[in-house]
Amino acid sequence: MAEKTERVLMKGNEAIAEAAIRAGCRHYFGYPITPQTEIAAYMAKKMPKTGGVFLQAESEIASINMVYGAAAAGMRVMTSSSSPGISLKSEGLSYIAGSDVPAFVVNVQRGGPGLGGIQPSQSDYFQATKGGGHGDYRMIVLAPASVQEMASLTVKGFNLADKYLMTTMILADGTIGQMMEPITFEDVQVEAYDKPWALTGTKGQRKHNIVNSLYLKSDELERKNFERYARYKVVEENEVLYEEYGMEDAEICVVAFGIAARVAKNAVAAARKEGVKAGLIRPITLWPFPKKVLRQAADQVKAFVSVELNMGQMIEDVRLATECRKPVSLCNRAGGMIPSPGQVLDSIREAQKGVC
Amino acid sequence: MKTTQILIAGFGGQGILFAGKFLAYKGLLEELQVSWLPSYGPEMRGGTANCNVILSDDPVGSPIITDPDVLIVMNLPSLQKYVDSVVSGGQIYVDSTLISEKVTREDVEVFYIPATQMANDAGVPTLANMVMMGHVLKNNPELTFDGTEATVSKLVPPIKAQLVELNMKALQAGRDYQG
Repeated sequence: MAEKTERVLMKGNEAIAEAAIRAGCRHYFGYPITPQTEIAAYMAKKMPKTGGVFLQAESEIASINMVYGAAAAGMRVMTSSSSPGISLKSEGLSYIAGSDVPAFVVNVQRGGPGLGGIQPSQSDYFQATKGGGHGDYRMIVLAPASVQEMASLTVKGFNLADKYLMTTMILADGTIGQMMEPITFEDVQVEAYDKPWALTGTKGQRKHNIVNSLYLKSDELERKNFERYARYKVVEENEVLYEEYGMEDAEICVVAFGIAARVAKNAVAAARKEGVKAGLIRPITLWPFPKKVLRQAADQVKAFVSVELNMGQMIEDVRLATECRKPVSLCNRAGGMIPSPGQVLDSIREAQKGVC
Repeated sequence: MKTTQILIAGFGGQGILFAGKFLAYKGLLEELQVSWLPSYGPEMRGGTANCNVILSDDPVGSPIITDPDVLIVMNLPSLQKYVDSVVSGGQIYVDSTLISEKVTREDVEVFYIPATQMANDAGVPTLANMVMMGHVLKNNPELTFDGTEATVSKLVPPIKAQLVELNMKALQAGRDYQG
């Protein structure tokens, strides 16, 4: 038998940490919070052995500003947290966006709002895809649905951040963070980008660089915004990722990401067994959102069902992408609860009934 | 083997998550697709802990188990909470040292193992979880006792190598129990 790449059993959180190190990240700044603390724990153990820096900051706000600093110096740098912690980091995320430096941030979501709970949730969809911090900016938002994707999207996330000078956020949830699945690290492809803008010291050889988000002249600030959005447009055109399942002949299209998509996949398979032609579109990039494939699906299917662990957030993007040409219903749980495949199946059946 | 959904539940501290890890690693070594999902909430601190393990020939869909094929329980609240969720024709393994209640369902196969007592008697009082696992491996048609030692060796850090022997002792006791 040919030699196989070894499969190892890892928690999703650990997979992110290991993948980040393999992607060349040598700076981790964080502050503990359930359910993502394994990332920090793994980094604390492994990062010093790679010659890198693990630092538990005094707060979330401190840690995101350390990320800002290391990113400005051209380093591959990351932080991780869970929902309330990401709120605290949001000011820093806005500054990082306004300074056009690459950063990698992980949100292993828990139920909210407020301190909420510690069980899995997807209720930071709006925060991740529409802003969170102030000002006009975007982040590339990646939504893994398996431990393997926690690793592969981490590597991709660092590459995209450097490529587009943006923050890439992994938007995971407590389930994917805590669960273990076998993974391999065979597909780690680190892309290297020149960073002539980085604050590395002039050594008397070049003009000094400035990394800054303050532009008091309105016309200059406007120009910066337009330049940034031209870059975002390229991301929207080139970096959309999604998975389709059973969509070839689907009449009901389920849309779900992350752990919700895993549950939805079971429900789609069950629906097909009883003769309902269901399919699944799983956005992997939440921003840029896979608008085109959804718009095309609207020509084919009779109805959409958005499955989410929140009160209905992504459903707005589904309606926008499909231009409300077909009915879109919501199948959801919130506060740390997860819909069962049975609940999703019921929603598929109802959608089918509604359009028959 | 098709897909086997295994739910293990008990008190925090009984090694529920470790038992689940054992099954997941065993599946991994047998080239199966596996998922392991722990409870990580406040109940971990002295309340009920549970763990979802799925072993399958195919990629695992949802890692969350709602209708287990196999239920392994090590305290009464867990039995009461999950007994009705087991699929018809499924199996329930009960630590009968800690749970005196009997299962009244007749459409499932039930095994009563005095695991905590047996672990005490065998001089491995903290390994009742592995006594349970030994009995599960022996009696579940989808699982096998082969490769158990390799699995345990994978789970135990080299610095605690002496624990391999103790775990094997508990597993063998569970396997050999004639209920």
